[in-house]
Amino acid sequence: MNLTKEEYEKLNQKASNNTKSYITLPCAFLIGGLICTLGQGLLNLYTYFGLDEKNAGMMVSVTLIFLTALLTGLSVFNVIAKHAGAGTLVPITGFANAMVSPALEFKSEGFILGLGAKMFIIAGPVLVYGISASIIYGIILYLIQVFTG
Amino acid sequence: MEVFMEYLKAFVVGGLICVVGQLLIDHTKLTPARILVGFVVAGVILGAVGLYEPLVDFAGAGATVPLTGFGYNLAKGVQEAVQEQGPVGILIGGLKATAGGIAAAVFFSLLAALIFKPSDRSVSG
Repeated sequence: MNLTKEEYEKLNQKASNNTKSYITLPCAFLIGGLICTLGQGLLNLYTYFGLDEKNAGMMVSVTLIFLTALLTGLSVFNVIAKHAGAGTLVPITGFANAMVSPALEFKSEGFILGLGAKMFIIAGPVLVYGISASIIYGIILYLIQVFTG
Repeated sequence: MEVFMEYLKAFVVGGLICVVGQLLIDHTKLTPARILVGFVVAGVILGAVGLYEPLVDFAGAGATVPLTGFGYNLAKGVQEAVQEQGPVGILIGGLKATAGGIAAAVFFSLLAALIFKPSDRSVSG
């Protein structure tokens, strides 16, 4: 492909339009912050209804996961995520979307090896390394307990 | 005023944790999958060395809703189970503390996949 300097610059600008940090960083901050604020509202609500700290926190995750599944199914989540970047990826919504999206997408390949297996294409590694890290921590903690009495 | 501060802290801390993720997206070649794994493992490590607990006390949902909070819950679950049950807690604690979220994610994903029709929804490849 033969491009003049000007054409190349235009193409380059077009390609890098979405990665301008002065746009992406405030978007991620705003939307990520709002999701966490919603989480705080839910946390206060569930605590108000008498759930203890642990279960209230768990129900906040469950609610946000439910909302993500619903919005992903309705094709609304991807529209928000396009602008939010890490703002929707880093909260628990990103984990939920990473399960719902491939489950929906690969339904056509069957319920077992399509939907059932592909659901874990990203969530699988997250669980593998998260759980393994926690087990290693548990072993270290137990050894410290044994040797310090 | 106190409630307002609570929401403000959740907003600012949660937002800042997402900014870290955005910096990784913009300035490294890490895929979303690697970033998710990184945040959860980082949460386990920060929880293990005791740095994440003060952040949760300070920011509430601002620290627990991001995936580092998921990692923190894994670490905290193991810690409590080891203290209460000894060595079996090493294996039980993590999943026990995060069971609700994982079970919900599996079941709601199944439901959504059964109810809705697929189209271009994926953001993370």
